[in-house]
Amino acid sequence: MSYDEKGTWAYLVASAGAYLVYLVIVGDRALHAPVAEVSYVAVLLWTSVASGIASTVVRTLLETASPSDSRKRDVRDKEIYRFGEYVSRWFIVAGAGAALIMAMAKLDYFWIANVIYLGFVLWAVVGSAVKLVAYRRGL
Amino acid sequence: MTKPTKITNSIRALRFAHGELTQAQLADQIGVTRQTVIAIEQGRYSPSLEMAFQIARVFKVPLDEVFQYPDGEEESS
Repeated sequence: MSYDEKGTWAYLVASAGAYLVYLVIVGDRALHAPVAEVSYVAVLLWTSVASGIASTVVRTLLETASPSDSRKRDVRDKEIYRFGEYVSRWFIVAGAGAALIMAMAKLDYFWIANVIYLGFVLWAVVGSAVKLVAYRRGL
Repeated sequence: MTKPTKITNSIRALRFAHGELTQAQLADQIGVTRQTVIAIEQGRYSPSLEMAFQIARVFKVPLDEVFQYPDGEEESS
């Protein structure tokens, strides 16, 4: 497994894990209060920061367990990266589009923020998954 | 495993014919990672034309001794 492939695995695990934690915490709060009163901002910010830190930690652990021959990103890594970003960028577009419509419909900030966050998470998770499939099965 | 390319290659045989050149040594000579050489050998990655020439140059053979492409009949199947 190349250095970049390990990084992609780490990013996938960290992004999905952080969002799962966010869903559990905010989902529990939403069950006990109207969504307009649910406190989500701090959890959203902290899970985003934690995702970045966890990604670095997981990558370091993978690299320690099985060191790569080289940390250099080669032409195949770059092509796979571009392919993954090309496929997953639509989740950002969809999230922004949905947020625009929700803002025009004057929905609560909670829903607008969450649909944008979901767009970012899907971009990260689907992009990473597509890249890993490309690493394993070819472009 | 599905091969995304119809291009086949003789890199593995050429490596053994050239003093058992390792995948890592070949990777070093053409400036890629060992994983990329493995992917090319297994038909999971089609190198650029430039990289294909670099590989052929390492083995000092013409390009079509390294890479092969099926002719018309197989191509249309």
